[in-house]
Amino acid sequence: MASWFLKSTRSSSIRGVIRKLPMAFSGECTAVGIVRRRFGSMEAGQKLDPCGSSEEEDYSDNIAYQNQDLNFPGGKVPLTSQMKFISEASHKRLPCYRVLNDDGSLISNTIHEQVGEDVAVNMYSAMVTLKTMDTLLYEAQRQGRISFYMTSFGEEAVNIASAAALSPQDFVLPQYREAGVLLWRGFTVQECTNQCFGNKDDKGKGRQMPVHYGSNKHNVITISSPLATQISQAAGVAYSLKMDKRGACAVAFTGDGGTSEGDFHAGLNFAAVMEAPVIFICRNNGWAISTPVHEQFRSDGVVAKGLGYGIRSIRVDGNDVIAVYSAIGAARNMAINEGRPILVEAMTYRVGHHSTSDDSTKYRPMNEIEYWKTARNPISIFKKYIERYGWWSEDKESELARNVKKQVLEAIKTAEGMEKPALTEMFTDVYDQMPPNLYEQERSIRDSMKKYPKDYPIDLHV
Amino acid sequence: MAAIIQGIGAATALTSPNSLDIKKSFLSISPRSLSVRKGSSFVVSSDGRLSYGLNGRGGRAEHFITNAVAAKEDTAAASTSSKPGHELLLFEALREGLEEEMDRDPTVCVMGEDVGHYGGSYKVTKGLAPKYGDLRVLDTPIAENSFTGMGIGAAMTGLRPVVEGMNMGFLLLAFNQISNNCGMLHYTSGGQFKIPIVIRGPGGVGRQLGAEHSQRLESYFQSIPGIQMVACSTPYNAKGLMKAAIRSDNPVILFEHVLLYNLKERIQDEEYVLNLEEAEMVRPGEHVTILTYSRMRYHVMQAAKTLVNKGYDPEVIDIRSLKPFDLYTIGKSVKKTHRVLIVEECMRTGGIGASLTAAITENFHDYLDAPIVCLSSQDVPTPYAGTLENWTVVQPPQIVTAVEQLCQ
Repeated sequence: MASWFLKSTRSSSIRGVIRKLPMAFSGECTAVGIVRRRFGSMEAGQKLDPCGSSEEEDYSDNIAYQNQDLNFPGGKVPLTSQMKFISEASHKRLPCYRVLNDDGSLISNTIHEQVGEDVAVNMYSAMVTLKTMDTLLYEAQRQGRISFYMTSFGEEAVNIASAAALSPQDFVLPQYREAGVLLWRGFTVQECTNQCFGNKDDKGKGRQMPVHYGSNKHNVITISSPLATQISQAAGVAYSLKMDKRGACAVAFTGDGGTSEGDFHAGLNFAAVMEAPVIFICRNNGWAISTPVHEQFRSDGVVAKGLGYGIRSIRVDGNDVIAVYSAIGAARNMAINEGRPILVEAMTYRVGHHSTSDDSTKYRPMNEIEYWKTARNPISIFKKYIERYGWWSEDKESELARNVKKQVLEAIKTAEGMEKPALTEMFTDVYDQMPPNLYEQERSIRDSMKKYPKDYPIDLHV
Repeated sequence: MAAIIQGIGAATALTSPNSLDIKKSFLSISPRSLSVRKGSSFVVSSDGRLSYGLNGRGGRAEHFITNAVAAKEDTAAASTSSKPGHELLLFEALREGLEEEMDRDPTVCVMGEDVGHYGGSYKVTKGLAPKYGDLRVLDTPIAENSFTGMGIGAAMTGLRPVVEGMNMGFLLLAFNQISNNCGMLHYTSGGQFKIPIVIRGPGGVGRQLGAEHSQRLESYFQSIPGIQMVACSTPYNAKGLMKAAIRSDNPVILFEHVLLYNLKERIQDEEYVLNLEEAEMVRPGEHVTILTYSRMRYHVMQAAKTLVNKGYDPEVIDIRSLKPFDLYTIGKSVKKTHRVLIVEECMRTGGIGASLTAAITENFHDYLDAPIVCLSSQDVPTPYAGTLENWTVVQPPQIVTAVEQLCQ
């Protein structure tokens, strides 16, 4: 089992990170027009690839380059007469961008976004709200009041900080552990619980499992259970935004497991080829149900895959609010202004079970879970940060805890007591207009209900 | 959907809801009454005389189709010039429809493999990339699941993509996106996100293309809730269906056939849009209803020649709409002839014919004088060898035999 997560992944110098990225930040590459790029392969050898070759230390361990280039479709490649295989792993793993220490103090000489008091306190409150909502809805499932739930314990920082760094026009395509993004954008706790209970106020009209939220008002697509389908759709959304010149980007979330899906490969490939403004955020939380990352891929995590697609990438400490906030902000600017995809790997840990159908203590040690729940907890780390600035106090803490708990409990109670959607809603929205066969099928059920009322639930509304 | 309109005033086995509640925007563009080709009711008789055969009117015995490929002439009502309309091939008709829609609506875009500068494997998108630019006619890498997903994402955020599968068989790779997202997201999002996408491509048995390139995907897709499926067979309906599919807010899969791209026909110059849910009356008749679509239409019409010589009067309907079926037109025909023969290219098991048989039996059982006969391909992968491939597809002599047996 991989033990990387127990080691500190502090980066010694941020500037060192920037130097090591293969692409120049000056944006020379984007000066090449689409047409020229498209036919670049046909002009093999005619022009030098303006992006230049990557720095030697990134790849080759002491390969001797000759002063000659070979022409091939796709551009010129430098020659070597040494037969040297590129190692499957570089001697050092790609570094992780982090700004806060575990005690909430800023690491010195870091580059990061300045976060004002309002934003910081709002982010903290949102994280607490997310955690409280998760706790209480998880318990509700255990009590049999909802059928299913998925928590985001341990990943609150990825959720909230990334959402805070985006603008409301950026179109988000979540996987399923990003409820915090919706909360940040104004989707209320009540709307969340309505969806989980599948009542008539649910925006999805009771048609999807719990936590499969969606809101076009908040520019968040309705979650679809199959993994990674949203990644290739994000490329399409970005393409649409680019065509309409809307000055916004698409943002697709996935977990470490989702990166094994075919859609991940093709979605990233497409986005790179199409120069689409999309941010791919991978929450690498170490586990895909019971599959640890070592059994998911053998690459250096997910950030290393970016280079394989020609996508600028960064690895960031997903439990560090300021780091995530800064990185996503920078990614967004690059995506929109330069018209390129960005891959962000947020390293974090899935403290909770995969879902209410899972008991993770069966495949991982309790002390590992405890460590991430306490010592590396994103909420407590950020709390220490805002306390240092005097923006937070114990009084405010207890007040927030009280209010949020009350709010969530009330939302659950209200949602539970509300009617379920009417029978008609089973047949609407399959098409834009209801076709005759569905009218007939609906009528057939109603006839059945009239004939055998005892066989149908009392609270089934027609 | 517009199928409701067909229920106006007709006493069918279907219960139609109040049709006044249903609005269909494109009706204002081309109301059914203005569509000149109200199911091809024109027959060219042996002496070259045109007759405007309206559905069900008599005197059919001496009229027959001179060739298997529909060659229609415009009526005086539609044309104003002496040589009305223009001639084109089916793939050009598809392109014309696509181009007209792209001119009309800037959100219409095309994506697929080799559709841009190469012009498409079957030249359907030829000339579009230079005209509309790389952004609106997008060449994609080879990943069907993903460019279909991309199309779905683009559709949800305001574009109207037309996704081309180089061969329908490759869309099997896109099944996840088509079934789990394309068909579902409008429903699961509570109506918040619509997916006005058109997925099109050539399918069916070609000339020795091998089993993997001879798939009939309509069998696999027909069960997916939320999508519509149409199959074109003539340049006229190809253009009309393409336009209708693009204008529809539902996801539509448009099935073309590899062997029909070079069919030539003269079509009108004026703009027209066909109804997605309507079947086409190819040849009115009295004795038996033959239901077919796509390439099999031509095998049926060839068999019809023989049948007419033998004294039969088959009514041939190109069902066109594979999901949902146009049970109004079909029902009317069944009530008249009382005998049904389905001729399809799908496999026997689980094909369009199987579903159509079930639908007709359920709805019109009382009107049938004989069990429904369904001629389909066998349940085998399509062989490569030419002779074997021919035997796997329904041929005109088999159709003739089936009609003779049905009409005993």
